[in-house]
Amino acid sequence: MNASPRAARAFSARLSALLFAFAPPAFADWGLNLPRGITEISRDVYLMHMVVLWICVVIGVAVFGVMTYSIVKHRKSVGAKPAQFSHSTTAEIVWSVVPFFILVAMAIPAAKALIKMEDSSNSELTVKITGHQWKWEYEYPDYGIRFFSNLGEASRKARELDSGIDPRTVPNYLLEVDKPMVLPVGTKVRFLLTSNDVLHAWWVPDFAVKKDAVPGFIREMWTVVDEPGTYRGQCAELCGRDHGFMPVVVEAVSAAQFDQWVVAEQTAAAAEAGAADRAWTISELMERGQAVYNTNCVACHQANGQGIPGAFPGLVGIEDKLTLEQHLDVVLNGVPATAMQAFGAQLSDADIAAVVTYERNAWGQQKEEMLQPSEVRAAR
Amino acid sequence: MNAHATTAHHHGPAPGLLRWVTTTNHKDIGTLYLWFSLLMFFIGGSMALVVRAELFQPGLQIVDPHFFNQMTTMHALVMIFGVVMPAFVGLANWMVPIMIGAPDMALPRMNNWSFWILPFAFTMLIGTLFMEGGGPSAGWTLYPPLSLQGGNSLPFVIFAIHMMGASSIMGAINIIATIMNLRAPGMTYMRMPLFVWTWFITAYLLIAVMPVLAGAVTMLLTDKFFATSFFSAAGGGDPVMFQHIFWFFGHPEVYILILPAFGLVSEVIPTFSRKPLFGYDSMVYATASIAFLSFIVWAHHMFTVGMPLAGELFFMFTTMLIAVPTGVKVFNWVSTMWRGAMTFETPMLFALGFVVMFTIGGFSGLMLAMTPIDFQYHDTYFVVAHFHYVLVPGALFGIISGVYYWLPKWTGRHYNETLGKWHFWLSTFFVNLLFFPMHFVGLAGMPRRIPDYAVQFADFNAIATIGAFGFGFAQILLPVIVVMSILGRKKAPARVWEGAHGLEWTLSSPPPYHSFSPQPVVRSRII
Repeated sequence: MNASPRAARAFSARLSALLFAFAPPAFADWGLNLPRGITEISRDVYLMHMVVLWICVVIGVAVFGVMTYSIVKHRKSVGAKPAQFSHSTTAEIVWSVVPFFILVAMAIPAAKALIKMEDSSNSELTVKITGHQWKWEYEYPDYGIRFFSNLGEASRKARELDSGIDPRTVPNYLLEVDKPMVLPVGTKVRFLLTSNDVLHAWWVPDFAVKKDAVPGFIREMWTVVDEPGTYRGQCAELCGRDHGFMPVVVEAVSAAQFDQWVVAEQTAAAAEAGAADRAWTISELMERGQAVYNTNCVACHQANGQGIPGAFPGLVGIEDKLTLEQHLDVVLNGVPATAMQAFGAQLSDADIAAVVTYERNAWGQQKEEMLQPSEVRAAR
Repeated sequence: MNAHATTAHHHGPAPGLLRWVTTTNHKDIGTLYLWFSLLMFFIGGSMALVVRAELFQPGLQIVDPHFFNQMTTMHALVMIFGVVMPAFVGLANWMVPIMIGAPDMALPRMNNWSFWILPFAFTMLIGTLFMEGGGPSAGWTLYPPLSLQGGNSLPFVIFAIHMMGASSIMGAINIIATIMNLRAPGMTYMRMPLFVWTWFITAYLLIAVMPVLAGAVTMLLTDKFFATSFFSAAGGGDPVMFQHIFWFFGHPEVYILILPAFGLVSEVIPTFSRKPLFGYDSMVYATASIAFLSFIVWAHHMFTVGMPLAGELFFMFTTMLIAVPTGVKVFNWVSTMWRGAMTFETPMLFALGFVVMFTIGGFSGLMLAMTPIDFQYHDTYFVVAHFHYVLVPGALFGIISGVYYWLPKWTGRHYNETLGKWHFWLSTFFVNLLFFPMHFVGLAGMPRRIPDYAVQFADFNAIATIGAFGFGFAQILLPVIVVMSILGRKKAPARVWEGAHGLEWTLSSPPPYHSFSPQPVVRSRII
């Protein structure tokens, strides 16, 4: 399938969407309003949103109604003669005092809701969320589980400039991750939120939970998910080039399923820790390295390793510029005050060995220079 | 006396192009500001069109996300500091002395300087786009640590902001000095036209907050180049402190961008309603109240940073309070129209458009003020819709209304009323097509400042992009109409509009190069 019939189909789909823009059924899939959500807080918030919206609509209809009446009736062309009054103390007091009381009536439930939202006491599970450029890290301190949540592979391929892949063919385009956060339903979960580099914001609309991740500080928020399901959100604070590409996905499951998931995660982590004990072949390292590169490095350094001149350095020929030790040092410890993070804290020994090997052999002279996971472990 | 007046009359502008460089005449400088603002309007507008073109369809088709971020950042900086503020200063330069019966601005040489800084500042700012690594890409708010990453554009951007700030402060000092010292006999404070009043208050806001912005960006500079840690926790600082300082500037800045527009429509609506402005005193007090409140609401821009509960409650209550004086203003405008004898020339159309669409932006502002629901709205397209409603059909329509209102006064020629009405109706149609759907995608969950989006947001984004191009191209009518008026033949009388009353209408159209000799005497409120 080539691009042009697809583009033509997409165009005609858009055209028909435009033509039927005002037919009610079309609105249903578009999403016009806040989601009602699946937590007590999100339903409170939704209700408040609707009440305030209708208050605004009613005031708007009244004000614009008077204005429209005036425009129709008090125009020179229908022979109106201008009155000369220029103030009315009574009217001015009324329209200062009445809005004040409307505002008080709105502020009281808002303050109550806010107090509830900021009370994260008596939580039963803690999840630590760390924002990175451009992925989320989830840690369950009670269970020793820690992992990264990256943009899903299908979305990642489709989002490249001129990828030729129609995003409409990608399920949950930009809202899919390789590994979601998993939460048990009916449990008060406390989130501890921080960042590794710049500001991010963790947001799931269905929970009505959004807060900024601030490097060097820990923020708290909480939720109780009522219904099992998959809930999606996005980073909501500009965090650099790939701000639009670090979604949040939370899977809410039953308590029993959550326990199974915990055991599975712990087993997998033990297996990964053992990976550094054996010697790897170059093809194993290159294969894994490419996957690690595409998930963690490609946003800045680009798939062809050319980088973006002036903003992000290229990696082609890095095997001549840096020794293996220097290269490993940069990947492990990052470069301060740039977007180059200290990946030592994020990736396993095998991942780091693989990605360094990949970067030194993927575009340049292919000297087959290798780094073993055990060497990474020794260098840490 | 007579001989002196004759000499003054012959003392016209210097010949040649150098006139525009060396001029100290408030009308010339006002003209310079307004043309500069128009040029920047098209530059900032084309950046918005790059953004909208990329957002026309899901997927990345046109630009790299890094360049996309430079476009959103630069669009905002250019529109705020290069379009709306210079346009207001230009209008003030032209009209404030004339409206209060003064011969010129109080500080004419400084006036020249405050304008001529701007072209250099903006050349440098826009020039950063051509640097290796590109221009600033962390959003116009320049939040650290992100703004400290990346290329070497930051010091140039900061220096440009310092220059713009110096220009604004000088402009503000000049306006205050003019209003305080050069009012004609009998022009008491409570007889001043509303446009003069709103600018008087705006000028104080500028002097109060531009140095705060200068301080904030200077701290960014030292954090990046001189090893300080104001905004880095690693050295004992706090990134959130930047946001507090920035928005202590930023929220009064929001009113700097709207109060003079309030003044403009308060001139236009009474004129075309042929009826005095309703509630003059309460208009003045409401403006002053809004200005005062602007200093104690700043943190509503940052409800999601994780403030203490008491802080969130305080900023929610004070923010909601702004609805009261703002409501007073809207009610007063509607009451001014009530039982008037309205006609609908282009300035009036833009003023009416302002009242309706600014109020829509005000409603979404009230919704955003409520902290618990703001958590859902924050940093989504709902916010983008909100501030574009108050800034485009708000501030910008106010400016355009003022331009059409006084254009015949400036050029001495009528503009083409039919084209003016086309300008209004096309702008109004497309501006709503552009910004109204943003409310929907924002509520449905689309974050702002993203170059690509999930497919359920595609249709409204396509509509918004069509609106953006329609609105952008409709604006070409503005310079066309202005040039046609300059070259036109249909001479305008001194009092261009039947219902117009201020001192500016006692001068010929165009006014003499040096106005008001002899000095006028004011005997009553003349609005």
